[in-house]
Amino acid sequence: MGGTTDLAELTGAELADALAAGETTSVEATRACLDRIEALDGTLGSFLHVDAEGALAAAAEADERRSAASPASPLDGVPVAVKDLLCTVGQPTTAGSRILEGWVPPYDATVVTRLRRAGLPILGKTNLDEFAMGSSTEHSAYGPTRNPWDTERTPGGSGGGSAAAVAARLAPLAIGTDTGGSIRQPGALTGTVGVKPTYGGVSRYGIVAMASSLDQAGPVTRTVLDAALLHEVIGGHDPLDSTSIDAPVPPVVEAARRGDVAGLRIGVVKELGGEGFQSGVQARFEESVQLLTEAGATVVEVSCPSFAHALAAYYLVMPSEVSSNLARFDAMRYGLRVFPEGVDDPSAEQVMAATRDAGFGDEVKRRIILGTYALSSGYYDAYYGSAQKVRALVARDFGRAFEQADVLVSPTAPTTAFRMGEKLDDPLAMYLQDVATIPANLAGVPGLSLPAGLAEDGLPVGVQFLAPLQADDRLYNAAAALERLLLEKWGGPLLAPSATEEVSA
Amino acid sequence: MTLTQPELVPFEQALTRYEPVMGLEVHVELNTATKMFCGCPTTFGGEPNTHVCPVCLGLPGSLPVVNGKAVESAIRIGLALNCEIAEWCRFARKNYFYPDMPKNFQTSQYDEPIAFDGWTEVEVDGETYRIEIERAHMEEDTGKSTHVGGATGRIHGAEHSLLDYNRAGIPLIEIVTKPIFVPGGKAPAVARAYVQQLRDLMLALDVSDVRMDQGSLRADVNLSLRPHGVTTLGTRSETKNVNSFRSVERAVRYEVSRHAGILDSGQRVVQETRHFHEDTGTTSPGREKSDAEDYRYFPEPDLAPVAPSREWVEELRATLPEPPAERRRRLQAEWGFSDLEMRDTVGAGALDLVASTIASGASPQAARKWWLSELARRANEQGVELSALAITPAQVARIQALVDEGKINDKLARQVFDGVLAGEGEPDEVVEKRGLAVVSDEGALSEAVDRAIAANPDVAEKIRGGKVQAAGALIGAVMKEMRGQADAGRVRELIVEKLS
Ligand SMILES: [Zn+2]
Repeated sequence: MGGTTDLAELTGAELADALAAGETTSVEATRACLDRIEALDGTLGSFLHVDAEGALAAAAEADERRSAASPASPLDGVPVAVKDLLCTVGQPTTAGSRILEGWVPPYDATVVTRLRRAGLPILGKTNLDEFAMGSSTEHSAYGPTRNPWDTERTPGGSGGGSAAAVAARLAPLAIGTDTGGSIRQPGALTGTVGVKPTYGGVSRYGIVAMASSLDQAGPVTRTVLDAALLHEVIGGHDPLDSTSIDAPVPPVVEAARRGDVAGLRIGVVKELGGEGFQSGVQARFEESVQLLTEAGATVVEVSCPSFAHALAAYYLVMPSEVSSNLARFDAMRYGLRVFPEGVDDPSAEQVMAATRDAGFGDEVKRRIILGTYALSSGYYDAYYGSAQKVRALVARDFGRAFEQADVLVSPTAPTTAFRMGEKLDDPLAMYLQDVATIPANLAGVPGLSLPAGLAEDGLPVGVQFLAPLQADDRLYNAAAALERLLLEKWGGPLLAPSATEEVSA
Repeated sequence: MTLTQPELVPFEQALTRYEPVMGLEVHVELNTATKMFCGCPTTFGGEPNTHVCPVCLGLPGSLPVVNGKAVESAIRIGLALNCEIAEWCRFARKNYFYPDMPKNFQTSQYDEPIAFDGWTEVEVDGETYRIEIERAHMEEDTGKSTHVGGATGRIHGAEHSLLDYNRAGIPLIEIVTKPIFVPGGKAPAVARAYVQQLRDLMLALDVSDVRMDQGSLRADVNLSLRPHGVTTLGTRSETKNVNSFRSVERAVRYEVSRHAGILDSGQRVVQETRHFHEDTGTTSPGREKSDAEDYRYFPEPDLAPVAPSREWVEELRATLPEPPAERRRRLQAEWGFSDLEMRDTVGAGALDLVASTIASGASPQAARKWWLSELARRANEQGVELSALAITPAQVARIQALVDEGKINDKLARQVFDGVLAGEGEPDEVVEKRGLAVVSDEGALSEAVDRAIAANPDVAEKIRGGKVQAAGALIGAVMKEMRGQADAGRVRELIVEKLS
């Protein structure tokens, strides 16, 4: 099986080239991924559901199109993994929760529709913190995902499944969702590329909602170019999502191929770094800034004072929306239905309560309770209202910063991958994982995390790029430049195959 | 502690001590082809759960998209009620758990309604009353629960419930008045006239079918009393889903009596929702509004704000029908109705019916006569609104035409009404099937007249002597013999001919 393992090593773009050149087939590539999932995922736990049959059927169709020289898209035939928060016809969609165990949606999310239309075989559904609430993927009702770099550590979250799958070469590409950092922080902790597009840049239709005003789906890949290629497939206006932007996708692929920072103004955000950030993380970040400077970028320090309140505002806005979005899980129409014990002829209300009690995990309940409280009459202005004001201030700070800089940079996460269980009983410590990623969600601006090397503990570090609304291409341009500089410096990819082979040992 | 139920105080007696203050909330189902936030059809009466999709079922991941036609209707309703139209407004989520709500929140509007600060005028007994409109906002309807088993047909005590989500997501406009202060005795009639006028307005705007029997217009009656001379408002009750004009009037009267009883006995009115019972004309408590009733409103993050351009609003203003008061004045002049005739027509809720009947060819007096006498009586017997009778203005006009053509007379016309209302078909078919045509066989008629003259020599003598008005007795005798199926005018002519 050595040959198929090699296929799994290819990036999405490399595989697409090989498919276009007729050097391999989508069926072979898809089987290579499925083989690795079979071999490694028992340990990693990155998939909740694998659809070998569906993926191979889609791959066979892609091969027909390729052999007829009429591919559906540049990525036709390149397999992809999808976070189990996106609705998929024919595959269960659980959101990592007991309450949706076994639910098979009757419709596809728009992102999934676009993946299918572009010819990407869907390998399966990846693990996540329940309803995407968490930063370690330990809050999944179906067990945690482990970090391929060290299986005693978490891959971050909530999109730990997609990040681990891509890092471990179980899939070249994956889809994640990012409400407060759920694509970017796992990207940093697993040494993968993760992009949160501009809010409204990718349709939310068919993505189980966590916090509607913050949620955004995006690519999880091993290279900046792969992310751009995938972004182009899933992005663009969707009439089914009223918050979707009615404008063309920014020229992300072109930007990823360009990667030129000469003359670019790069802003280092004073508030996103330094104290509270692991020294090895800070060191890799500073080296990255240095490399960009050497390549011709101008570095300026920018200050965004309201970012100090971003985490607090996020933990009011997000749970408020959660409390309302998750109200629909009530056992009446779909999903789990639990009858209260010792009650004869229970009422609908009692069944709702028993189901929600049994079906939701502690973190979900915590956020529902927080949000219910924050929206309560008499508290609304003090909590939700104030948080919305902070949100406006965060957006204003971004606006001012982007007057001084074309892109902003910071470390993606304050630490490298932490041990499983380490923060499980300390929600606040867990929440701090997203301190650098949350401001982008509050303001809607796009962000990208790029692997920037290994910290003193030998674990990957991510550097985050941030750009103005609808200027996602700037992320790809700057990140592609840094990616190339780092590869030159390292003499090869950060994520050497050997790093993941240990998993199977 | 159980309080004894205070006695009801007769309405007129209650008014000697208290002033009623009303508030009316009217829900109007729009007649858009599709639902408020998805593409499902809004047609009434489909098999349960066939007009549904991921959006209106609230499936995980689904998202709403605003129906532009519903926004247009909302703006036109707002303009017709002399409201300001918001330059920018949002939807909000009203959060509460109930099985017929797919998302367990209703997408509605809260502090940013599409239309606000309007007014309208209604006429009762020749007096005009101005009703201040607080707001008109857009929202989605809920599904429909049918509770099976148990005594009351309500969720408590039911063995099981059936849910139909066909109605879930149908666009609604809720029109809310400011407190209405009118002379107490007029309150019930003003409430009725207001709801009736809203219905007429919705029809004229062509934004709703306003079928109260199908729930496409539903009124909530809020009522409180305060002692004369007191300026603060008393505690109100909210009587929900009052589903006919007559019931609106009765609900106000009943609540005045009930509140007065409570206040007279020194007890406090409980703020609660109440149900109206059509059969008894009474109300009974629904749920008590407690602290638990916190809807946790917040702006709907899944929808972009609605920002109708001023140009569009002005375009829509140009499509408005004539305001009701102006229209009434114009029609009265056109029809030549006296003030009393016009008042009766409006009061009976017959204005549009009369207008349509006239438009179909009947004379104004004939149209008024049929609707306000014959048909009003039947509606009253059936306990329904005039408009709910199974007869159209065009059919009424046709029946009058048959009279004018001499095919039938007024007495036979009543039988034609019976036939049409019984579903026997169009007026001409009823005449045919029931054999109701006037006897125009001159021979038979002439013989009947001769017999009547012979049987009533005294009367015949009077007529010969010039007292032509005495012919009525002979005409009656002939009509009786002909079982009404004769043209009374022709009978009179024959009598006069034979006796002159
Ligand atoms: Zn629908």
